[in-house]
Amino acid sequence: MVLSLRALGTDDILRVCADPNNLPFTNAKGEGFENKLAALLARDLGARVEYTWFAQRRGFLRNTLSARKCDVVMGLPVDTDAAWTTKPYYRSTYVFVTRRSRKLHIRSFDDPQLRTLRIGVELVGDDGANTPPAHALSRRGIVGNIVGFSVYGDYRTNSPPSAIIAAVARGDVDVAAAWGPMAGYFAARQQVALDLVPVQPQVDGRFLPQTFNISMATRRRDTARHDQLDRFIERRRHDIDAILAQYHVPRVDEQREGIQ
Amino acid sequence: MRPARDYSSTRFSPLDQITQQNVKQLVVKGTFSTGVLHGHEAAPIVVNNTMYVVTPWPNYVYALDLTKDGAPVKWKYEPKPLSAAQGVACCDVVNRGVVYADGTIFLNTLDNRTVALDATSGKEKWVTKLGDLNKGETITMAPLVVKDKVLIGNSGGEMGVRGWLTALDAKTGKIAWRAYSTGPDKDVLIGPKFKPFYASDRGADLGIKTWPADAWRNGGGTVWGWISYDPQLNLIYYGTSNPGPWNHEQRPGDNKWTAGVFARDADTGEAVWFYQMSPHDLWDYDGVNEQILVDLPIGGRTRKVLMRADRNGYVYVIDRTNGEVISADPFVPVTSTTGVDLKSGRPIENKELEPSLGKISRNVCPASPGGKDWQPTAYSTRTGYFYIPSNNLCMDFEGVEANYIAGTPFVGANVRMYAGPGGHRGEFIAWDPIARKKAWSIKESFPVWSGVAVTATDVAFYGTMDGWFKAVNAKSGEEIWKSKVGSGVVGQPVTYKGPDGKQYVAILAGVGGWSGAIVAGGLDPRDGTAALGFVNAMPDLPQATTSGGMLYIFGLP
Repeated sequence: MVLSLRALGTDDILRVCADPNNLPFTNAKGEGFENKLAALLARDLGARVEYTWFAQRRGFLRNTLSARKCDVVMGLPVDTDAAWTTKPYYRSTYVFVTRRSRKLHIRSFDDPQLRTLRIGVELVGDDGANTPPAHALSRRGIVGNIVGFSVYGDYRTNSPPSAIIAAVARGDVDVAAAWGPMAGYFAARQQVALDLVPVQPQVDGRFLPQTFNISMATRRRDTARHDQLDRFIERRRHDIDAILAQYHVPRVDEQREGIQ
Repeated sequence: MRPARDYSSTRFSPLDQITQQNVKQLVVKGTFSTGVLHGHEAAPIVVNNTMYVVTPWPNYVYALDLTKDGAPVKWKYEPKPLSAAQGVACCDVVNRGVVYADGTIFLNTLDNRTVALDATSGKEKWVTKLGDLNKGETITMAPLVVKDKVLIGNSGGEMGVRGWLTALDAKTGKIAWRAYSTGPDKDVLIGPKFKPFYASDRGADLGIKTWPADAWRNGGGTVWGWISYDPQLNLIYYGTSNPGPWNHEQRPGDNKWTAGVFARDADTGEAVWFYQMSPHDLWDYDGVNEQILVDLPIGGRTRKVLMRADRNGYVYVIDRTNGEVISADPFVPVTSTTGVDLKSGRPIENKELEPSLGKISRNVCPASPGGKDWQPTAYSTRTGYFYIPSNNLCMDFEGVEANYIAGTPFVGANVRMYAGPGGHRGEFIAWDPIARKKAWSIKESFPVWSGVAVTATDVAFYGTMDGWFKAVNAKSGEEIWKSKVGSGVVGQPVTYKGPDGKQYVAILAGVGGWSGAIVAGGLDPRDGTAALGFVNAMPDLPQATTSGGMLYIFGLP
């Protein structure tokens, strides 16, 4: 039996559920930014991280956090129904990704260029549920020039969701409208320079947000753990920001100006 | 031997020992726990005094020896499907049955394998991998063996899967042909034999042209339901699932060949006709429900028809030689359409309800699971009635629900289902296909998510999600007998003659499936939009039943 003498160390083990193959968020080698955040949290708690790996697909929370396989999930949109989310630790946005050399400068779904360019969007597996850019485009009748890329990607490869960004770099599509954290990370790893611009409008029509606050999460009623996470997010704000910056996560937090 | 008993899919049994009078005396003659907790949708089939039971994931197959006291396990087969398959299946990790032919049991696993097992020993004869979990594909349907081929279709329409039906050589497991439900004619096996009845199904490569750009590549049209076979016409019949995965505004057009019925040559797979119940489906009205093949006197002559109770709420009577719709009548309350135009074959959409993100569409009936989902109907030539286990569910689309998958937030309509007019959520209906109306019906609190078996003594068996297994008078609808089983019933009853020459009735209990996901998946009743909005309609199910797969065999004392 190992006794922890640290003040915060009520647990020796920080049990985290995560996807083993979903960079830039997490992977089994601990290379994702949520892995880094979990390590930082564990260090503060004088604990070690113990992962339960589960692909973050339909039923992820049900089979992991809700099934008590772990106590913490490191990234979920604020107010996700199936868990108890903390205060947000970053806010990101969907972005237009283009090759810098193309000088397309697309900022808005209302840009007339989107009527003719080939546009990559992420394809989600759920009837009628799509990423906010896919909805924003279809509302405008932009449908014939859309190319879908599975949000799961090919899970046998190392970076399943990266195909949509590689397609922009290769010129297979002219522009992609993709989720910022994923786009930022993979854009920085392409051979050619890519531009990332937050999509406008940030709330399309009355209902359609393009930006999301991301938080950590516990099970409902796990008050002690929940408080611990909230305090960690407050105390380690600068360290968390530094980790997110290393991974090129586009930020649109309210106190910030534009995008980093 | 197959879940639907005959190739016409009537689920009618000529057995007559269990009668209107003695059915009240039915007692439990055997039980068997499957050791699995998810939704048990399969029919236990009986061949050569052996009962074969397949479970949901992890897809165990048990062979039970009916000649011995207590029906002990002869063999058990564990296909060990990938765990990841559970995260891909949309609506619980179900399996709808195995099939027997020529000394072989054919099994589909959730992770896309078809396995041929020696029926006596349980040893593998061959295994063929048919699909890719990475693309969102799974297999949940029961295969059908027609002549020397095993027919299998995929699941996963809502995952952006491209649907197909595949024929394997029953001896070797080699792929004989594959017919896709979207894309170019050559992939759909549309050629010179193809003569659809309605004009909107004629033209080259409609599987491409009725979609924007490349959308057909992820267009759905999966084949996760039932297949029927007419040996005389040498045609197989099956339905295709809804188009996906885009919201409908992203896929203008009819989205061929989704949400419709194909008739194909049983040997070559060539398409002979197609009829689309829901062109450009708006509501997740899969067209995969079973086709019952019967000959009915209509308009003074005998017509070879195919009857189907569709998700969209209509009973279709279709000429199975050519795909002409003879009649289409609502069997549940319908608001999403106002009728079916028999000239064009098309449903008349209620434009006011047409969904778009953020728009509020209330009181859409039937809800996405339809007037009837996969749960198979039965037909008795004696009563002339078509027995429909049905859902009475409507839904609201309101606002936007955010969700999260693979690190990516996404949004869809916030869907909530609830009981339709009358407040009951299910109804067991006897439908008269000639008079085109209900003969009688029994209202049930929960959706009737089980199959039906009907016998030569006019006894119909079905189960309820709160765990009652029932026998009713197939002529009058009078309930004659019921027995409480250990878990809610979403399976398919069968009746068979045992080694002792006596008639038995068997059913797998074990709640789950899409309707039972709140119990099988332990979902939170406070999250009404879980299970694509079904949880909202079922908050009381966890009080009414608990999960657990159990076989029950009933017989006379």
